[in-house]
Amino acid sequence: MSSHSNYNPTNPVEKWFDERLPLIRFSKEHLMDFPTPKNINYWWTMGAVLAIVLVVQIVTGIILAMHYVPNIEMAFDSVEHIRRNVNYGRIIQGTHAVGASMFFFAVYIHMFRGLYYGSYKAPREILWILGVIIFLLMMATSFLGYTLPWGQMSYWGATVITNVFSAIPLVGTPILEFLRGGFVVDNPTLNRFFSLHYLLPFIIAAVVALHIWALHVPGNGNPTGVEVKSNADTIPFHPYYTMKDLFVIVVFFIPFAWFVFFAPDILGHADNYIRANPFVTPAHIVPEWYLLPFYAMLRAVDFDVLFINAKLGGVIVMFGSILILMVLPWLDKSKTRSGNYRPMFKPFFWLFVLNFLMLMYLGAQVAEGIYVILSKVGTAYYFGYFLIVLPILARIETPKPLPNSISESILDKHEAKAAKKIQIGGEGNE
Amino acid sequence: MSKMKKIFSALALSVLLAIPAPTLAAPASGKAPELQKWSFAGIFGTYDTNQLQRGFQIFQEVCSTCHGASLIAFRNLTEAGGPEFPESQIKQLASEYYIIDPELEEGERPAILADQWPNPFATEREAREVNGGALPPDFSVLAKARNLAKKFPMNFYDMATAYQEGGADFIYNLLVNYEDEPPHGVEIADNQQYNSFLGRGIAMMSPLMEELVEYDGDGVPLTVEQYAKDVTAFMYWMADPHLVSRKTIGLNVLIFLSVFALLMYLVKRRIWAGVKH
Amino acid sequence: MATNVKNDPTRRDFLYVTTAAVGAVGAAAAVWPLIDQMNPDATVKALAVIEADLSAIEVGQSVTFKWRGQPIFIRHRTAAEIETAKAVPLEDMIDPQTDAERVIAGHEQWLVMVGICTHLGCVPLGQKPDDLKGDFNGWFCPCHGSHYDSAGRIRKGPAPKNLLVPPYEFMSDTLVKIG
Repeated sequence: MSSHSNYNPTNPVEKWFDERLPLIRFSKEHLMDFPTPKNINYWWTMGAVLAIVLVVQIVTGIILAMHYVPNIEMAFDSVEHIRRNVNYGRIIQGTHAVGASMFFFAVYIHMFRGLYYGSYKAPREILWILGVIIFLLMMATSFLGYTLPWGQMSYWGATVITNVFSAIPLVGTPILEFLRGGFVVDNPTLNRFFSLHYLLPFIIAAVVALHIWALHVPGNGNPTGVEVKSNADTIPFHPYYTMKDLFVIVVFFIPFAWFVFFAPDILGHADNYIRANPFVTPAHIVPEWYLLPFYAMLRAVDFDVLFINAKLGGVIVMFGSILILMVLPWLDKSKTRSGNYRPMFKPFFWLFVLNFLMLMYLGAQVAEGIYVILSKVGTAYYFGYFLIVLPILARIETPKPLPNSISESILDKHEAKAAKKIQIGGEGNE
Repeated sequence: MSKMKKIFSALALSVLLAIPAPTLAAPASGKAPELQKWSFAGIFGTYDTNQLQRGFQIFQEVCSTCHGASLIAFRNLTEAGGPEFPESQIKQLASEYYIIDPELEEGERPAILADQWPNPFATEREAREVNGGALPPDFSVLAKARNLAKKFPMNFYDMATAYQEGGADFIYNLLVNYEDEPPHGVEIADNQQYNSFLGRGIAMMSPLMEELVEYDGDGVPLTVEQYAKDVTAFMYWMADPHLVSRKTIGLNVLIFLSVFALLMYLVKRRIWAGVKH
Repeated sequence: MATNVKNDPTRRDFLYVTTAAVGAVGAAAAVWPLIDQMNPDATVKALAVIEADLSAIEVGQSVTFKWRGQPIFIRHRTAAEIETAKAVPLEDMIDPQTDAERVIAGHEQWLVMVGICTHLGCVPLGQKPDDLKGDFNGWFCPCHGSHYDSAGRIRKGPAPKNLLVPPYEFMSDTLVKIG
C-alpha cells in the first residue's frame, strides 16, 4: 500500500529518520494521501466521530481515576467528591458519563450504515468482525464502568449481569464466584471491575488500530458498492475527508455538550444516586438505553426449549444476537453490496431498524402482557432477518443494474440533477 | 445472647423498613403530580439566591433535626451559585455545631467552614430508634435520587428542553400532599401518615404547616406550598451545587460550537467546491 | 459568484485562518479544565488557611496545630525565654536572625513555626514538657541531632536554616490566622 504515498523527504534529518522508522511516511500514507472514494456520504463520518469519542473517554477516564476510590465504603462519596470539589470535576465526570451514551449512539449509526451498504461483504469480512469485537468490548466496558459509582443501579446491574453466567450448566456457579471474587457482588468485585474498566479501553484502541488496518487493505466501501476502479474514482483523504469528518465531529459535539452541560443526569437513573444496598432491590431495574434491545431479547425468552430452560435460553439469545453479526458475511450471499440497488432488501432493512428501536423501547417497559408478546415478535424478527430474510433475498432478488464505476455514478447523478433543474425551469417558464 | 438477638432483630427490621424506600423513585401510584416552574430548570436556569436562603432556613429549623446532609460543607453555603450567605454569618453558624474529632482530648470541637454538615444521629441505629424504625434519608443527593419518570415521548421532550428537575417535582408534590386521614378503605401503619401523591402511608409525618417558619420580612407567603418550593429548591442546590456555573459555561460552549460548526461547514464546502461527488 | 469567491486567494485564506484560530481557541479552552483538575481541590483549599485560638495556651506551654498537612508549633514563651533569645549575638548563629524577625511586634510571647526540621524533614521534639529540648532549651531533632533555641533558630547540628515561620497574622490578641 506504499504506492499511495508521494512522500519525498528532502531534509537530510527527515531522510535519515525515514530510512530507519518511516513513521511520517506511514502517517502521510494512511491519514493524508489515502485514496478514498469520492462519493461516500455523511453516513461514513461516524468512524472519525467514534475515534474522537474514544479519545475523550480515555482522557476523561484517566482523569477520573486520579480522584476515584474503588472501595465500597468510599466509591459513592468519591464520585460525589469529584462532582463537588475537584476543579471542573462536574464537567469532566459528566462528559465521561454522557460520553458513553454518545459512543453508543455513534456506533449504532456506524453499524446500521454497514448493514445497509453491505460493508460486511467480501473482501471486508475481517474488518466487520473486528468491528463486532469492538462493539462487544464497548458493552463490557460500559457495564464495568456503570458499576463504579456504587449506587443502587450499579450494584444491582452488576448482580443481575454477573448472574447471567450462572445460567451455564454445571460450571455456572463456580464461574459466577470466580467473576465476583465472592458469593455476591462486593468489594473484590468493585476492585476488579475498576481495573478491567481501565484496561479494556486500551484493548479497544488496539482493536481499532486493527480495524483501520483492515479497512486500508481493501479501502473504503461506498454508497454504490462498486469497487474503486481507477484514480478518477478517488480523492486523497486529506483535506477532503479530514475536513468533512471534522465538520461532523464539531456538529456531533453540540448534542454531546447539550447533555453534559444542561442535563448530565437525564440519561441515567435516579436510583443510582442512592447508595448501593445489598438488601434492597430497586423496583424497576433497567440497563442504560443502549443495552435495552439486548435486554429485551434476554427477557423475551420466558419458556423452556427441550433441555434448555428459560434462563439459559435468554442468555443464549442475548449473546447470540451479537454473535450472529460475526457470521453475517456468510449469511447474506447477495453479490450486490449496497441497499440502494436492492429493491426487496430495502423494506426488510428499514423494518429491521424499526424493530431494533421497538426492542429498545420494550427493554425499558415492565415484563408484562403486550410488552412480552411484542418482545417475542421483535426477537423473532431480529433473528429472522439474519437467518431467513437475508439468505432468501440473496437467492430470489433481482438487483437494479449497478453503475460501471464510481465516477460514472457521480456523472449520472449530476446529469440527472441538471435535467431536473431544466425541467423545473421549463415549468416555471410555461 | 440477648444483645445478639437485639442486633439481629434490628437488622431484620431495617431490611423490612428499607423496602419501601426505593419505590419512591418509581412513578407514584397516587394522584397526578403538579409540575412547578423551577428557576433552575432549562438551559438558562439559575438558582434564586433568596429562595435558597429561605430553603436553608427551613432545612435548618425543620428538616435537619432528622435529616443529614453529609456531603455539604459549611463553606458551600457561602459559595457563588448557592445561597451565598456572608462568610461571617456561616462562620458563626458553624461554630454552633460540634464536630467529632478523636484526635482531640475533648473528642469534639466547634465546626469551621471547611467541615461537613454534622449528621443529626451518630449511627443508623440511633436514627431508626428515634424515628420509629424508619431511616430519614440524607439530603445531599436526595433531589436527584428521586424522579418522576416520564414515558415516551415526554422523556424526549425533556431531553430537548434540558428538563431534568423531576426529582424537585417529586419532593414538592410529596411535601404538599399530606392528608389527615387515609381515604376510605385504605389501611396504613400506626406510625405513618397518608400521602395522596404517593398513594400510600409514609413514615415521615407532614413536616410543614402554615406559618411554621418566620421569614425575614420580604413579604413571602408563609404557606405550606411556599415552604415546600423553597426547601425543594435548596435540596436541589445541595444535590447539584455547581449547576449555575455549569450552565453558564455550557451556553458559551454551545455558542462556540455553533460558530465553529458553521465555519467548518464553509471550509468543507470550499475544499469540496472543485470536486464532483 | 461562487467562482469569484473561489478564485480570490485572500478570501480563502481568511476563512481558513479564522477557522483554524477558532479551533485553536476551542482546543485550548477544552484542555484547561483537564489540567486544572490536578490543582488542589476545594476541600484542600478550604483548609489552606486555618484559625488558631490561643486563649487556652498558658505561659510556657506549647501546642501543635495542623496546617496544610504539616505540624505548626505555637509556643507561649516565658519572659526568660524571650530574654535569652534576644541576648544571643548574631555571630553565634548558623542562620543569623534576630528574635524580632521571628515574631510579630506586640506579640513577642507567641512563637509560631512550621514544626519540620530544615535538615531532612523530621518533626523535632520539644513540644511536650518532658520532651528533650536540646542544648539551647528549644527544640531538638532526634533524627540527626539538630538543636534549635527558644526562638526556633538552628544553633547546632546539620540543619541549615531556622525553623520556618509561616505567614500568619493576629485577628485579635488570642486568635491567629495562619496561611
